[in-house]
Amino acid sequence: MSEPITALAGAASETGIARIMELSLQGMITLRGDLASSAVQKAATGAAEVEMPGTNQANCVEDRGICWMSPDELLILCPYDMVAANIDKMTETLGNAHALAVNVSDARAAFRITGTQAREVLAKLCPVDLSLENFAPGMFRRTRMAQVPAAFWMTDAESFQLVCFRSQARYVFDLLSIAAQPGSGVNAYLT
Amino acid sequence: MLTLTCPVCGVTAEETEFHGGGEAHLKRFGPGATDDDLEGYLFMRENPRGVHFERWRHAYGCGKWFHAARCTTTLQVFGTYPAQTFEPPKEICDKISEARPGWSWRAFK
Ligand SMILES: [Zn+2]
Repeated sequence: MSEPITALAGAASETGIARIMELSLQGMITLRGDLASSAVQKAATGAAEVEMPGTNQANCVEDRGICWMSPDELLILCPYDMVAANIDKMTETLGNAHALAVNVSDARAAFRITGTQAREVLAKLCPVDLSLENFAPGMFRRTRMAQVPAAFWMTDAESFQLVCFRSQARYVFDLLSIAAQPGSGVNAYLT
Repeated sequence: MLTLTCPVCGVTAEETEFHGGGEAHLKRFGPGATDDDLEGYLFMRENPRGVHFERWRHAYGCGKWFHAARCTTTLQVFGTYPAQTFEPPKEICDKISEARPGWSWRAFK
């Protein structure tokens, strides 16, 4: 078996107004189905071991979590080596429910953006109101980042976790690093 | 800047998070239709200066289609509403009437 590696081998940018880090391998399962169905909810919470999030919310604890992607889609986060077992468990829980659970771990890249000016870095790239009142830990947003799709949430008051397509990992890392280059602070959100 | 609110997930963003899907409320004419009806369905589009109805998709967000009523000259958005309808809801038409008295668009007014 070949050894799984991330797209950028843990690339990091430490010198800018926010730290950018590629995260280690993260298990990700796309779950599509009727989110009101108890089988779908049980499959999600059973695999991630967290409660169901509300609309446009994410419930994440370390490398486990559930992210609300659309009215019929969730993104389940779990440890990378637990994905196969979790999909088996979810498929069993789903039973005859009209639903789909599929491993997308290797189709994605994940980054952390952290620092007092992390909000600014993302605000330069996405059409999202990232002011303190309008974006806070617990919320989840899928959006456009420069020329590619991305999704992010906050893990604490100064840290974002972001996922994008793996094939776009280099582009996304470069975007974030350039948006965070030293001296580029706008100080729009400092309290 | 055109700012839209997706009625499916509730997110408000400027237009680059969405993708325009052309004129709204077209009725499909397929096999068995007259040449005139098929021509109208395929080619004849409104191109108004003012009130317009369009389909949009929240392409970078929840991925769902919806409808938008807006003004093509000022980019004022009168409202967005679900894709699963053949005509604009009354409250959207009322809002347009408030802002643009006497408006009409195809059969709607
Ligand atoms: Zn949406």
